[in-house]
Amino acid sequence: MKAHLMFRDGDFDPEKKLPPNEPLLTQDLELNTLFAAMAAGDKFLFEIAKRAAFSSMQDLDAIRYRQDILRDCIKNADVVRSMYAIAVESIEQERRHYLGLFSQSPSLVLHRSVNVVEMFIVTLGKLREVADAHAAEFQSEGFVTLFAMLKRELTDEYFALLRTHLKRMKFRGGVLISAELGKGNKGIKYILRRSDGDDDGWLTRLFAGRPRGYSFRLHPRDENGARALGELRDRGLNLIANALGQSTDHILSFFHMLRTELAFYVGCLNLHGELLARGEPICFPEPVALGERKHSFRGLYDVCLALTLTHHVVGNDVAAEGKDLTIITGANQGGKSTFLRSVGLAQLMMQCGMFVGAESFSADVCAGIFTHYKREEDSSMKSGKLDEELARMSTIIDELSPNAMMLFNESFAATNEREGSEIARQIVRALLEKHIKVFFVTHFYDFANSFWEKGMENAMFLRAERQSDGERTFRLIVGRPLETSYGQDLYDRIFGVPTSPTRPQALSPIA
Amino acid sequence: MTLPSIIRASPKDAPLNDGVAEPSFFGDLNLDQVVKAVTAGKEEYNLTPYFYQPLHDVDAIAYRHEVWRDLKNNMLSIHVRAFAARMHSVRQHLEQASKLHYQLQKESWFLDEAEIYCAAVSTFVRDLDTVELKSRGFSAFHEYLTKYVESDRFAALTAETKKLRADLGTVKYAILATDGGFTVRRYEGESNYSTEVERTFEKFKQGAVKSYEARFSDLAGMNHIEEKVLEFVGRLYPDIFRTLAEYCVKHAGFLDEAIVAFDRDIQFYVAYQDYISGFKRAGLNFSYPIMSGDDKEERSEDSFDLALAGKLAINKSRIVCNDFHLASDERILVVSGPNQGGKTTFARTFGQLHYLASIGCPVPGSEAKLFLFDQLFTHFEKEEDITTLRGKLEDDLVRIHDILARATSNSIIIMNEIFTSTTLNDAIFLGKNVIKRISDRDALCLCVTFIDELASLDKKTVSMVSTIVPDNPAERTFKIVRKPADGLSYALSIAEKYKLTYERLKERLNS
Repeated sequence: MKAHLMFRDGDFDPEKKLPPNEPLLTQDLELNTLFAAMAAGDKFLFEIAKRAAFSSMQDLDAIRYRQDILRDCIKNADVVRSMYAIAVESIEQERRHYLGLFSQSPSLVLHRSVNVVEMFIVTLGKLREVADAHAAEFQSEGFVTLFAMLKRELTDEYFALLRTHLKRMKFRGGVLISAELGKGNKGIKYILRRSDGDDDGWLTRLFAGRPRGYSFRLHPRDENGARALGELRDRGLNLIANALGQSTDHILSFFHMLRTELAFYVGCLNLHGELLARGEPICFPEPVALGERKHSFRGLYDVCLALTLTHHVVGNDVAAEGKDLTIITGANQGGKSTFLRSVGLAQLMMQCGMFVGAESFSADVCAGIFTHYKREEDSSMKSGKLDEELARMSTIIDELSPNAMMLFNESFAATNEREGSEIARQIVRALLEKHIKVFFVTHFYDFANSFWEKGMENAMFLRAERQSDGERTFRLIVGRPLETSYGQDLYDRIFGVPTSPTRPQALSPIA
Repeated sequence: MTLPSIIRASPKDAPLNDGVAEPSFFGDLNLDQVVKAVTAGKEEYNLTPYFYQPLHDVDAIAYRHEVWRDLKNNMLSIHVRAFAARMHSVRQHLEQASKLHYQLQKESWFLDEAEIYCAAVSTFVRDLDTVELKSRGFSAFHEYLTKYVESDRFAALTAETKKLRADLGTVKYAILATDGGFTVRRYEGESNYSTEVERTFEKFKQGAVKSYEARFSDLAGMNHIEEKVLEFVGRLYPDIFRTLAEYCVKHAGFLDEAIVAFDRDIQFYVAYQDYISGFKRAGLNFSYPIMSGDDKEERSEDSFDLALAGKLAINKSRIVCNDFHLASDERILVVSGPNQGGKTTFARTFGQLHYLASIGCPVPGSEAKLFLFDQLFTHFEKEEDITTLRGKLEDDLVRIHDILARATSNSIIIMNEIFTSTTLNDAIFLGKNVIKRISDRDALCLCVTFIDELASLDKKTVSMVSTIVPDNPAERTFKIVRKPADGLSYALSIAEKYKLTYERLKERLNS
């Protein structure tokens, strides 16, 4: 029995090793804000949100499979949350049946397992009831399959069979064990046997005089004898205790899996609720095949920023086809970093099957998202800082493969513009040749302009917009890099000095 | 029919004496370390006495050399080891059976013992048929074994063992264990209940889960419940168990004396072969020495101290090999030269070589022609013993006198650093006199000394010197070469190093 709510024909592995870029990506895209919104205070939901985010998919069908399930979840949020509750209840109840670490005799294992299975029969029954009552309200392939499986496997007859076994496994008539002679004529191959039909039929026949056998009764005070007989019983019960013990673990892991996979969707429901409450739009993105180049969206915003602000966030519109390189320049605090993060976040959310924060969104799937951000914290030694940046870059290079997405934010700014530009230029040129999709936020005019002047078909230039009065709109426009950033504006504002004359701007309509 | 022996050429030769003490020179020559290492892990065979009894007959040594040469055939060596492994198991069974108290258990162990013994013997004789045996020892044993296997007694043992084994294999019983006792009867084909339960829970199977199988201690003995069960099984199968009891009485003491003796004797060869094979792999040579009881001309190539090689092997360091020879009238090797230059090691090598040859073993070195001594004496200085000079010198002289009183012209005397506890003049005087006596006796001798004068005493003495690396006197080559004693070269080298030679001192004083 499988849940298969994350993959059409596979299990979601929450233990899977996180990719090496996980810490950087979490930091640079501020993913913990996203996960916290999905978790709504639940540690487990947080963990699963994180795991799911980092097990990104490239297969378009697989992405759509989850999107469909998520649509069902949004439509039937209460049913989904109640199934999640059943899984959690099963897991918590199982934990209460304590099995001592050092007293795992087969009899004890068997006794505990019988009790646990009795409890599972109840919760599995509840799951069946949900399937009976609500299956019709779900359309996604994932849920239709899951409900059909529950109805098929968990029939009334099956529950009856389980109950019969549970009763039989209490062995009220004694334990029947077959054996053969081994080394030193000691018993070997102890196998638990079932006497035909009822539990005490064999005894009855024995008392009726056949078959021939010899009996021994323990003296009531023979404690060693009782212990030895107990061990003999245990030898007979060993395999069945193991089988039943493992079965309880299997059922338990079914509930674990169900809980884990539902946890992702419950997390999505939580996030959905948050964004809905803020009046922010969401949409299911249209993924485009790996290797194609498309980035078209309307109203794309930074979900994490939206979650931390009380006011409405500014969205961006871009329609880009065939672009490998996007260079973003412009005014400081003009929304460049926010834009870069919104691009990364949308990509990440799309590739784990989630909705994204936009009115519409379509992009090619990428082979991993990598970030290289300027680190603000270590300001002491300049050379050390560049060392650190380059070392970090070198580590990333080891991880990159074609069609990966690389987000640079003010990288290589630890040195002067000329050197920094040259380093950046050489790196970006190499990445493009290796078919890596690059987004580069920079204030290096030298670097940005050198690509502009090449007139590359596959490059796009975005600029943080500012109006003629120096106010920032936090909206990006397509436009050539300008020689100066707007640090002076900031200076002016903070120091309260009159505005300097505005420089000419080269504006062009959105591509 | 006389019983064959793999270690004794003739029944007239002295039999192995298990009570013999370790020869007095073992400690001086580090042979105690060698024997300890060779016999390690083979304590059950009590092999040390084999190493304490030198042979005094060239043919007795040749008899063992023949066996060694046969054993160089890898197939034979493998067969011998397989036989040994089975016989080891036979002994273990014998021991185990004696420890058990319940008759039905003892009988089972006895049956196993006989079964393994039959397999050991019949397999070994078949194996020996397939290899070419040139040695008198192996040929005689092979012949003996062939006749033994064809004997009626062995055939009966084999057949009855096989029959009983098969009969016991048919025994299959069932135990019904209840709270206060149990019933034993024949197994009647009841189905396996564990697999039935496993099938029922099959649908929940997920990934791998932990095992709940208990481990039971498998002691050879039985508790009284197990004994009772076995007693009942015996009553369920009375014919089989009656036959078993009769079999045990009939075949008590079935082990053959000569086969048992061979099993132990051959381990003398196996143990030493195992020990030296490691050194052979490391590139060291062993050879069968050409032995003579009257010719005192000797030659040894690439020999080394086996005890030291064992120590160095642990540190993966290389051992230095040395040569020596005694031509025509030469009898006495006088070894001088720098300290820590390998003189004592060379003395031990010389002693080990002769001793190992005398017990019929291959000796260290690529080639050896050696004299078969009647007695071997060592006198090694114990440096730390310098208490009262007079007492020590007196003690030295007493011991040397004692040696000379017992030594014959066929003896070997090894002296290491004698007379260090007196004045040089005394030492020269005493040394010359002692060497003269040995020379007159015509015994073989190796004498390590700082007294150069002894090296050229008469035509029987041969001077050998430990050498140094000319450029770096602190580095030892551990090479002992045949050349006149020139006690100065080493001192000069050291002086050169400290710029204290005449030439250097002149330069330094002039400046």
